[in-house]
Amino acid sequence: MKKRNGKIIFSEYTPGSGLKKAFELSRQDILFELKTSQLRGRGGAGFPIATKWMLTAAAKSDEKYLICNADEGEPGTFKDRVLLNEYPELVFEGMVTGGYVIGAKTGILYLRGEYSYLLSQLNDFLEGMRKQNLLGKNILGKGFDFDIHIFLGQGAYVCGEETALIESLEGHRGEARNRPPFPVTTGLFGKPTVVNNVETLATVPHILLKGGEWYARFGTEKSKGTKLVSISGDCENPGVYEVEWGITIRELLELAGAKNLKAVQVGGASGICIDESQFGRKLAYEDLATGGSIIIFNKERNMLDALENFMEFFVEESCGQCTPCRIGNVKLLEAVRQMKDGGIPESGMKKYFDLAETMKLASKCGLGQSSPNPFVSIVKNFREEIFHKTV
Amino acid sequence: MQLVEEIPAYGEIKEIVEKHGADRRNLLPILSDIRKEKKFVSPEAAQVVAHLLGIHPVEVNSVVSFYHFLNDTPKGKYVIRLCKNVSCMLNGKEEIKKEIEKKLGVRAGETTDDKLVTFEEINCFGLCDVGPAMMINEEVYTHVTPQKANELISEILARGK
Repeated sequence: MKKRNGKIIFSEYTPGSGLKKAFELSRQDILFELKTSQLRGRGGAGFPIATKWMLTAAAKSDEKYLICNADEGEPGTFKDRVLLNEYPELVFEGMVTGGYVIGAKTGILYLRGEYSYLLSQLNDFLEGMRKQNLLGKNILGKGFDFDIHIFLGQGAYVCGEETALIESLEGHRGEARNRPPFPVTTGLFGKPTVVNNVETLATVPHILLKGGEWYARFGTEKSKGTKLVSISGDCENPGVYEVEWGITIRELLELAGAKNLKAVQVGGASGICIDESQFGRKLAYEDLATGGSIIIFNKERNMLDALENFMEFFVEESCGQCTPCRIGNVKLLEAVRQMKDGGIPESGMKKYFDLAETMKLASKCGLGQSSPNPFVSIVKNFREEIFHKTV
Repeated sequence: MQLVEEIPAYGEIKEIVEKHGADRRNLLPILSDIRKEKKFVSPEAAQVVAHLLGIHPVEVNSVVSFYHFLNDTPKGKYVIRLCKNVSCMLNGKEEIKKEIEKKLGVRAGETTDDKLVTFEEINCFGLCDVGPAMMINEEVYTHVTPQKANELISEILARGK
């Protein structure tokens, strides 16, 4: 018995049913349902899954790959841990479905090294699927071969970026590639490759069973369905919650039992930090887009301590190939430390905001493009506290 | 000049390489297994791997230096890893860090003189809802308190080598 409750991912599910349904449908039917559902990538970037699968399905190649990105490294995010631990059937059936649609024979779960304690139970689960003919040769007698193996990461945040992840799978340093070409045409070993987030794949079986139209009834106009949010920090009930897109931060905080609040960091270390005046904002691609990390700070917390911790993280995790990211994060961290000593007046901040802008524009991958987010949002939203010592 | 075949661990490493297949794409699993067996990837081991995969040793070194879980210097029999990111910070990881450092007599990033324990602070490993989180080798501990950390270390020290 599953103890969690939710409208879609955490709802009742019979293992194997989504996959059986998938094989009753044609590839085009599946793409149609996904397009109707308007499901977008749940890792944070929000690319429509139907488009990604269609592009890869259309690419001509003797070999294709489907990769499930379980390199969940964003501080404050742990939904994939819960999905892989409690709902592996949804993730793996989503992978097989993806392989069927794009015409891949090989699926790879890129599991972050920090989750190595899940490895043996996941391998056991895959073995069980093979025994039930849900994986391997001639799946469910439909003439389709597909197998999944698990690749263990070795500890690198940047490998959550899809091209860095592919580099890592090829036995290299996890340094992001230039895009284009995109993995959908030129991915793993130069072959067409789909890289999907764990949560995105786990949603697919439910959409196939109940229909894309049903799915699109949840959420907002531009953000359909539900999102798993990982809530941590100053609250009574931290954990993973399945919520409809469009929920306000205030509603989320009530769920988590958070009181006496000062700030919420939305989207993990690379996300933005908002103050109480913005708690009415919505979780949605059109407002606060996020991979789902919510970190809560109460009134006792010093926001510069938090910001220093975030920037230390990026200094350590920058892969170093782009100068704006490699040097920029160090400069921003130095600035935070000076601010803690009262060494920079508010009027001295302009050059740091300019630097942040340069990093966003000139870094190759999402790490350097988003690492200035906490800096800019915390300095702007908590300027009174930082520069006028009201706390 | 020493021939690669004469390196003492050659046979052992060759076995690991052959288990995965002598192909560049298997470099990470190979290095991960060597690290598990030997506790680190020595320059000699890197040399052997490079030789068997037909790549330059620098390529192996560059991969080892990139990933947090691969190390080219030995670590202790027990590696204690404490999460240092924000959620665990809010839950009090700083007190635990102090307790561990006091108990072991080393700072984060160091190994005890008897080579028994290495203490590291590492980035988020996804236990933010049950933090502060800590790992001892592959074992995961949640809701760690300074007292609990102290007891866990006492157990390790008692077990010894």
